[in-house]
Amino acid sequence: MHELALCEAIADVVKSHADGQHVDVVRVRIGALRQVVPESLSFCWSMVRDFADMPEAELELESVTAAVQCRSCGHDSEITSQWSLLCPRCDSADVAVLRGNEFLVTSLDVSDREPQQTQKE
Amino acid sequence: MGRFHRHDDGTVHDHDHGDHDHDHGDHDHDHGDHSGYRTGSQRVDVLEAIFAENDARAGANREAFESNGVRALNLMSSPGSGKTTILSATLDELGGDVAVGVIEGDIATDLDATKLAGRGAQISLLNTGNGFGGECHLDAPMVTRALRGLELPGLDLVVIENVGNLVCPAEFDVGEHAKAMVYSVTEGDDKPLKYPVMFRAVDVVLLNKIDLVPYLDVDVENYVTRVREVNPTATILPVSARTGAGMDAWFDWLRRFAAGAPTD
Repeated sequence: MHELALCEAIADVVKSHADGQHVDVVRVRIGALRQVVPESLSFCWSMVRDFADMPEAELELESVTAAVQCRSCGHDSEITSQWSLLCPRCDSADVAVLRGNEFLVTSLDVSDREPQQTQKE
Repeated sequence: MGRFHRHDDGTVHDHDHGDHDHDHGDHDHDHGDHSGYRTGSQRVDVLEAIFAENDARAGANREAFESNGVRALNLMSSPGSGKTTILSATLDELGGDVAVGVIEGDIATDLDATKLAGRGAQISLLNTGNGFGGECHLDAPMVTRALRGLELPGLDLVVIENVGNLVCPAEFDVGEHAKAMVYSVTEGDDKPLKYPVMFRAVDVVLLNKIDLVPYLDVDVENYVTRVREVNPTATILPVSARTGAGMDAWFDWLRRFAAGAPTD
């Protein structure tokens, strides 16, 4: 259910940049700290794109590994744990997130084909 | 922010961003061979946050609160943790000295709004059931709609009771000044690690149902430790909405918050 709402937000961003052109590819960058399940997002996209009049738009996902800067030991580290944000070197919770919160549409591929009109109400 | 510009003659400028260096050289963008149409694809840089529209609306909500001297709290939790019971007790306690408005997010019913009625607060019910099976969270545009049901100039504090869910509400700024969550000791002490986005985002955690600790195989200290692992700075308040234990600390926190004073 979460990914469905996210796909609707993605479609809104795409529409505002596609300027009515046919959308072939949508590229989305997702940080590891967003609670997004890629398979679920892709599945939801296959439904949402039809309702958003971009039925042929392929979703390409680019994932970003999380990284933190530890205020205790001063080191920057990549986070490999799926749950914990503790500094991997000294186990401190006093960390600043350097990467991993990204959630953006980076680019589109568009062409000047007529958009296919589907599910038009 | 990378935007493409389309001119009257149909040309499109595709800005090149230095930080965006993906080389999709092996990706054939010319789909002309199977489409039957005349042209291939053109790359459009976007680099727009997917929540940009929501965040803009959240900013407008925040301005509406601030221009009326109102402080807004986003109250979140899993279903059944005791948000509405805590809110009922809170309205009874604060009713005399803090003017409270409640935005009540609920997928389909008015059950919670009914429980909160008659306690001196303005209530604006927000059913989210128009989405696919009901939205699982409140977003900023929904709160904008709900604000029409409140008379902000007469209020000090607005509590936005989000839909019960530990995942989605954490993602959406609705224009609040702080986020609070109710986390009950019946949920298991592993939840901060399983839902880190929510637990990291909040300013205060109400650890509810501590009256049940003698009947459960749990240790309140473990709950506090696990919250600290993902959020070292949040205020953690062990409470029982049923017996009233610990609730004074919560009321004090909320009074300070409503007055715009430091809360920690």
